[in-house]
Amino acid sequence: MSRKPPFEAIVETHGATVLRVCRAVVGAAEADDAWSETFLSAMKAYPALPDDANVEAWLVTIAHRRAIDAGRAQSRRAVPTDSIADRADRPDRSEPDPDLMAALEGLPDKQRLSVTYHYLAGLPYAEIASILGGSADAARRAAADGIAALRRSTVVATSQTTDRTTR
Amino acid sequence: MNTESDLAEALQHAVIVDSDHLGRLRSRLAASAATQGLLDVAYRTIDTPVGSLLLAATDTGLVRVAYANEDHDRVLQTLSDRISPRILHHPSRLDTTARELDEYFAGRRRTFSVPLDWQLSAGFRAAVLQHLTDIEYGHTASYATVARLAGRPKAFRAVGTACATNPLPVVVPCHRVVKSDGSMGGYLGGPDAKATLLELEAAA
Repeated sequence: MSRKPPFEAIVETHGATVLRVCRAVVGAAEADDAWSETFLSAMKAYPALPDDANVEAWLVTIAHRRAIDAGRAQSRRAVPTDSIADRADRPDRSEPDPDLMAALEGLPDKQRLSVTYHYLAGLPYAEIASILGGSADAARRAAADGIAALRRSTVVATSQTTDRTTR
Repeated sequence: MNTESDLAEALQHAVIVDSDHLGRLRSRLAASAATQGLLDVAYRTIDTPVGSLLLAATDTGLVRVAYANEDHDRVLQTLSDRISPRILHHPSRLDTTARELDEYFAGRRRTFSVPLDWQLSAGFRAAVLQHLTDIEYGHTASYATVARLAGRPKAFRAVGTACATNPLPVVVPCHRVVKSDGSMGGYLGGPDAKATLLELEAAA
């Protein structure tokens, strides 16, 4: 007998992560629709999913494929970041950090997706390689390059984030 | 400070997900899934004088009513195993059932009109359960009487089992089945719940 959790439990467990991934992959404006499409597709296929599947990797793969189909993952471009002066006025730390998000969105696709799938979705590089194509090493290198680029562009934002968490 | 793990954490912060926002997305997902015919089982819970009740429905009708002591998470897992894992919290499919139960617990309703899905009971147990609606509101019948009604007069133990495994308690009134000596007998929702239901019906 199958022991597959009710789909509600899947949404409960992975809903937030998938939304983060959607925001990083297609941008905030389209993330809600991408999230809904991902879970509807997943729900359709869920009964046939092997019981021992890595559900998070499966969901991220669906989100990724839908983004590709819609031509969205490739077409993301950097949006202007706030000026440093504006950052001090940012409301509170429960608000998304637009600078880091913008920096992430500005990365080349392979780096942005590798960083997103590894650091936001927690997928191992082998899984990321099977989603993006290429080798696990290539995915690891792309993520490392992406992180290095983020670090360069967001030193100020990162230290401010840390300050805010301790306030 | 500026390590890889700090940056990973900062990334998580950068895309913090607001729980109200996610809640709205989840409601919208359930509604879309229902519209597209993907939602095999919808469920919700309601608060009643006998505690929180889980209500679950298929397209056919109400398929499960569960007491809190049955462990709602376990019940949902069983629905996933036996019916379909395509299960979402989607209260609106159960609005009518919830309203009828509210009316019942307020003493303003004696019978339920919502369609029932009997797929979780089979064979003699199903036959027993379908005869329970013959016992009118405010009345009781013994296990032996119900066995006779269901066509197997000696099967009163099986009647007990059927009642103990009733997938639709309250709506299918196994609480109206009592021992031949007039004592209450067991109940899947616990003796207090049975007493509450019998008192409610006696008072109305």
